Amino acid sequence: MTKTIRLALLTSTLLTGAAWAQDVTLTIESWRNDDLAIWQEKIIPAFEAANPGIKINFAPSAPPEYNAVLNSKLDAGSAGDLITCRPFDASLELFKKGKLADLSDLAAMANFSDVAKSAWQTDDGAQTFCVPMASVIHGFIYNKTAFDELGLTPPRTEAEFFALLDKIKEDGTYIPMAMGTADQWEAATMGYQNIGPNYWHGEEGRKALIEGTSSLTDDGWVAPFRQLAKWKDYLGDGFEAQTYPDSQNLFTLGRAAIYPAGSWEIGVFGPQIGGAFEMGAFPPPVPAEGDTCYISDHTDIALGMNAATKHPEEARKFLEWVGSSEFASLYANALPGFFSLNSAPVEMEDPLAREFVGWRETCEPTIRSTYQILSRGTPNLENETWTASANVITGAETPEAAAERLQQGLAAWHAPQQK
Amino acid sequence: MAQRKAFRWHIAVFLAPAVLVYTAIMIVPLFGTLNLSLFNTGEEGRVFVGLRNFATLFGDPRWSASFWNALGNNAWFFLVHMLVQNPVGVALAALLSSPRLRGAAFYRTAIFIPTILSFVIVGFVWKLILSPIWGIAPGMLDAVGLKGLFAPWLGREGTALTTLALISVWQFVGIPMMLIYAALLSIPDEVIEAAEMDGVTGWSQFWKIKLPLILPSIGIISILTFVGNFNAFDLIYVTQGALAGPNFSTDILGTFLYRTFFGFQLQIGDPHMGATIATAMFGIILLGVSFYLFAIQRRLRRYQF
Repeated sequence: MTKTIRLALLTSTLLTGAAWAQDVTLTIESWRNDDLAIWQEKIIPAFEAANPGIKINFAPSAPPEYNAVLNSKLDAGSAGDLITCRPFDASLELFKKGKLADLSDLAAMANFSDVAKSAWQTDDGAQTFCVPMASVIHGFIYNKTAFDELGLTPPRTEAEFFALLDKIKEDGTYIPMAMGTADQWEAATMGYQNIGPNYWHGEEGRKALIEGTSSLTDDGWVAPFRQLAKWKDYLGDGFEAQTYPDSQNLFTLGRAAIYPAGSWEIGVFGPQIGGAFEMGAFPPPVPAEGDTCYISDHTDIALGMNAATKHPEEARKFLEWVGSSEFASLYANALPGFFSLNSAPVEMEDPLAREFVGWRETCEPTIRSTYQILSRGTPNLENETWTASANVITGAETPEAAAERLQQGLAAWHAPQQK
Repeated sequence: MAQRKAFRWHIAVFLAPAVLVYTAIMIVPLFGTLNLSLFNTGEEGRVFVGLRNFATLFGDPRWSASFWNALGNNAWFFLVHMLVQNPVGVALAALLSSPRLRGAAFYRTAIFIPTILSFVIVGFVWKLILSPIWGIAPGMLDAVGLKGLFAPWLGREGTALTTLALISVWQFVGIPMMLIYAALLSIPDEVIEAAEMDGVTGWSQFWKIKLPLILPSIGIISILTFVGNFNAFDLIYVTQGALAGPNFSTDILGTFLYRTFFGFQLQIGDPHMGATIATAMFGIILLGVSFYLFAIQRRLRRYQF
């Protein structure tokens, strides 16, 4: 009797074990905790419906901690099967250490241009280790309702931009611009990297800096700092202690007229504003009428495979799907403001997102200047730029002094800059 | 012939759990860190570099500037605690131990409560209170007509660190208060009565009788404050982020270590330099504690009743 029960128990355990083995669960590491709902409700069900037997678990961590957390997890062997890739060196380093698998032979890679893949390739472009997902574009989002009320139009040139800010300030109903320096990265990313490409001429300036033919003390690199120094007068009271969420809230509550933005805000702002006012967007103003405009169209997010995953086949299957046009259209529409890098054109519904992506037609795109190669050493140029941009806005450092300091830091380790 | 004492096994058995756990989670990692600081990544993997990491930390102008900045900030952070937290703690304890105070239990609890709160809560709450946009601090100052005094304290280079130190004082003032309070209660009534017989009352009683009796407790509190402050990290990280803005004015050794060890944003973590900083912190704390033990504690007079 007991023997039969034991046998029955044993078989049932074995059977459940077998049933479990059929379903493979892939875990995705990501810093996009804002997107949790979209992954769970839209993206994952679409994949799981088409691929029975593979379950996807989206497990994001907080953006500022992501890199540190991911590195520790990978070292400890507890990281997920799929890794959301930061662009350039952070991921390249992981690939070199053998933490990310080589995905060059993935069929879906054919769907992406070389520029799109450049952020996740070895320096010689021979190996690609992440499937590009999206880029983000910088610009300014404005409160259209407020603009109509004050009879203002979006500026095209630097002079028009400051005239506009003066008018808003004079009127006094709105804080001209919502930005703070407490978090520092706002000043660097939404400030310096947003308006900068117009002055250092996009890719041309960025490449010259990498090759060492121009330096950060050149006019094209100091000019954006001079602009930022002028922003101080148009920010809200106590902007020194204003954090990124504070800025977002100031704008979505309709208290500020202009928000120096990244396109990723589109998906966040829409539901928060809930139709209380209309939003518009304008690209960073050019120095003078007729100048070519440059925008930061930054390759920001991709998906790679943990080299130590236990389910490489399933993970590759998922990555193939991420590289497909089906995913591109799903993702771009679920997350307006994250623009697909897939060569297949994607039809987007969000008008603000269409506005942003429309600048690709008229302006020259570039990526954030500090991301490729230039943040490889110590001191780290990107992090230094954060402090420098915030300092320039608060007035703690002059634009020239900040540029000089950045240049010295870069020349301390970047060989082409050591002349 | 004296009989050899049998080995007292029970001592080893009773000590074993604590010793084993402490060794596994404290001593081994400590030596691991010290060891890690002697290596660096070279052309072919990890190489032994001796004290070269320390030479970089103290010799390279950038590293040393960051290090001394962090150490200086840390020293100021500690000084504010010593000058504000501990005297206020002693004063509160003296008030609480006064037999005429009503509702002492309530005050004691209320003042101690922030100590048991998480750093994260304290950091966020104060950040909100002091926020120039949503905070209640500007409104409250406005209500008493002192709006002009308000400034975005956490965002200004000159005031951010002091503000954070005072927030930390607010949180932890309960600890010296409790320790001193306990010490004050343990002073026998006979001593106090004898003092009163001799006409030593009020302030002079506190200075001449009570203070010397609680000095050992103040010593312990100072050393706890020292160790706590030089290991501090959480509050700065929560309120100012790992970059310890504005312009590194709130950067202390803990945040400097975190940024270096784990990396930050595009900066990739450097465990070897991180371990070097950790070792330097260990050295500083060791020096401070040794100074206290050998130079101060041995001179403190203890009284037996």
